[in-house]
Amino acid sequence: MTEAILTMSGISKEFPGVKALSEVDFRLLPGEVHALMGENGAGKSTLIKVLTGVYDIDQGGIVLDGQPVSFSGPLQAQHSGISTVYQEINLCPNLSVAENIFIGREPRLFGHIRWSVVERRASELLRRLQLDIDVSAQLGTYSLAVQQMVAIARAIDISAKVLILDEPTSSLDAGEVQQLFRVMRQLKDEGIAILFVTHFLEQVYEIADRITVLRNGRRVGEYRTSELTLIDLIGKMIGKELEVLERLEDRPKRFQEVDVPLVDARELGRKGAVAPFSLTIHKGEVVGLAGLLGSGRTEVARLIYGADRADHGQLAVDGRPVTMRGPRTAMAKDIAFCSENRRTEGLIEELTVRENIILAMQATRGWTRPIARRRQDELVDRYVKALDIRPANPEALVRNLSGGNQQKVLLARWLITEPRLLILDEPTRGIDIGAKAEIQRLVAQLSDGGMAVLFVSAELEEVLRLSHKVAVLRDRHLIAELPNDDSLDVDRVMETIASGAKP
Amino acid sequence: MNTVVKHRLFWPVAMLVVLLLSNLIFTPTFFNVEVRDGHLYGSLVDIVRFGAPLIMVALGMTLVIATGGIDLSVGSVVAICGALACWRISEQGDQNSVGGVLVAVALALGLALLLGAWNGFLVAVVGIQPIIATLILMVAGRGLAQLITDGQIITINSSPYKRIGGGYLWTVPVAILIALAVMALAVLLTRRTALGMLIESVGGNAEASRLAGIHSRRITLMAYIVAGLCAGIAGLMISSNVSSADGNNAGLWYELDAILAVVIGGTSLAGGRFSIAGTVVGALLIQTLTTTIYTTGIPPETTLLFKALVVTIVCLVQSPAFRAKVFQGRRRRPAAPPAGPTAATTEKVEVPA
Repeated sequence: MTEAILTMSGISKEFPGVKALSEVDFRLLPGEVHALMGENGAGKSTLIKVLTGVYDIDQGGIVLDGQPVSFSGPLQAQHSGISTVYQEINLCPNLSVAENIFIGREPRLFGHIRWSVVERRASELLRRLQLDIDVSAQLGTYSLAVQQMVAIARAIDISAKVLILDEPTSSLDAGEVQQLFRVMRQLKDEGIAILFVTHFLEQVYEIADRITVLRNGRRVGEYRTSELTLIDLIGKMIGKELEVLERLEDRPKRFQEVDVPLVDARELGRKGAVAPFSLTIHKGEVVGLAGLLGSGRTEVARLIYGADRADHGQLAVDGRPVTMRGPRTAMAKDIAFCSENRRTEGLIEELTVRENIILAMQATRGWTRPIARRRQDELVDRYVKALDIRPANPEALVRNLSGGNQQKVLLARWLITEPRLLILDEPTRGIDIGAKAEIQRLVAQLSDGGMAVLFVSAELEEVLRLSHKVAVLRDRHLIAELPNDDSLDVDRVMETIASGAKP
Repeated sequence: MNTVVKHRLFWPVAMLVVLLLSNLIFTPTFFNVEVRDGHLYGSLVDIVRFGAPLIMVALGMTLVIATGGIDLSVGSVVAICGALACWRISEQGDQNSVGGVLVAVALALGLALLLGAWNGFLVAVVGIQPIIATLILMVAGRGLAQLITDGQIITINSSPYKRIGGGYLWTVPVAILIALAVMALAVLLTRRTALGMLIESVGGNAEASRLAGIHSRRITLMAYIVAGLCAGIAGLMISSNVSSADGNNAGLWYELDAILAVVIGGTSLAGGRFSIAGTVVGALLIQTLTTTIYTTGIPPETTLLFKALVVTIVCLVQSPAFRAKVFQGRRRRPAAPPAGPTAATTEKVEVPA
């Protein structure tokens, strides 16, 4: 086997309260595409940032080309031969392609930039990547794929040992992905080591030679792509979590469907977000959405709430078609939505707990009919107690609450509007185990009380524990709807994700 | 005592008091207020009276800034409304007719409403950045005002109109009464209804507000309309006080004074939480400064520099970060108010995948 160009050994990195990486080993061989895989929070980005000098290393060492190295920043890493191309392209769209490639290191003669040389070398460089474009045109006039290619050209021209591609394909269409892969193969043949991060499993199997899987900041293992099946890969990424949560009482998993579903999505879809899907949700039913990150879980939830507008299909509530014009339409139909991004799409951090809780109810009443302060206090008091929000001070700023308590505040905001369908997108992400169990218990209670719940979570165990049926998503397609009977377990859901043919 | 110092308004009020007291050095009678010819009379009364237009403009500005926006056009709106009212009155046969003056006032305020709605439309519906959207009217508005006045300064002689900015009612200047009424109205409108909270919500996090079902467009639009209306009232006060309309100079740089007043009052330019009382204190502080410059006889060529210096000091003293830095070393104890004791401990470091 060839000598590794890059070896990271025993890398540990700790942030206050979080062990982001613990003793991770990683190596990269010249002339290979190596995929770094793992769920959100597994430590992929941290590993890349440690490698490129964005973060200091707490423990462990990096050897590049036989020399121990430690970088104080991305620039230094770049000079030593490690270049990174990020998902968001870090170039200037208002400059020309050639300028972008040579910015900061223009060939000069007596202090003057030699533009003819800049342009000639830029077009030579791009032709090497089989890209024949006008290098004097503004970068912004080209497609994202081309811009990405320009970023890669710049990266390999500066240094050409290790190229890190951090989710380069997430905003490209299928044809553009193929174009990118062609370039990657060519660079590989030239002996460059490519570290490839993506959430798209199929792409990994198409391009990667080897895979390193991270989970919870630890290395699970390094595998040859040809020797690791898709289902094994998913299993290694998700892991089998120990059952630390207390078991919910056995609930009837079968669900008696009444005639008219509460919400009936027919061929609902949005270009670029999720392919048309059909899904029904009945009164008192908990529907789980399962799938890996980026599979379209959130997009399904947002379409049903009207947070994004669908451009395909239609939605019926109580059997009557509804034109979703936005959250207000959904709220008028008693649909509520807790976003997965508590801080950016959920809470108003500088307002108090009380204000955040009554916000949705106040919004439906309009500004002219304020909720009387006494009624506010009653409502808030009741839910602070019921959900055990701490500190139990309605006038505390939401900013200062912990993640779990913030989540409860968001839940309370929607519960006081007494919705018929509650959409919960990752309600248990990033909160401690106790609060997690409380929220799960609450979902079970609410559904017993007749509320329908659309439950989105990356944790399959959690989805299975709560749901009456599970809709499985993969690569932005809803590929299966599985009743949650005794035969359904995590393995079968994973199998479905792995095997699911695109409808 | 500690709770007093920690109150949001402590530092603005303290600076105002210091500024007022410093006037005593130059003008020992500064705090005297007397009734002369049935009118309240004194430096303090003058500060409030001449500060009334700024208070008006700053109140509207507060709401706009709370939504996360800014309104640069208020100075121009001041000029336009003064011009329209004076032009209408000057066209009347009898400038002293109360009915005619009321029509002129109504017209001017109607136009102010419209101009505010235009700003709001550009920001909330078209989606132009507030600073650019209102810059349009800031520049074009001066032209509009001159168009109305035909490039001249319109001088009128109307005693009913004069009362708005220069008259007295129950011994108190009418301008002060109007300012008080609008202040009370603003407090009622924002704190007795849900408007204040919804504005703070939109300014604090627009996307979260939308997902919570708030019509953020409507709220934003309303803030700009109120700002326009407030500027319109200020325009009436100013033109009435001098019985003339000057399209070029009326309300010149008012937008900047108003923004300053809002910021001194403790409302963040980033939007969110706002304080009407704070804005009023801020506006009074700026007016006191202006008055001080006049009464102490600072040479005119240095007034702008002096004003800039004082404003810089006021802003620095108000900044908790600055106070901590300056006073920490000397007193040898931890900085008085750590930015957020809980924030520091609960802050989580996001670990992206």
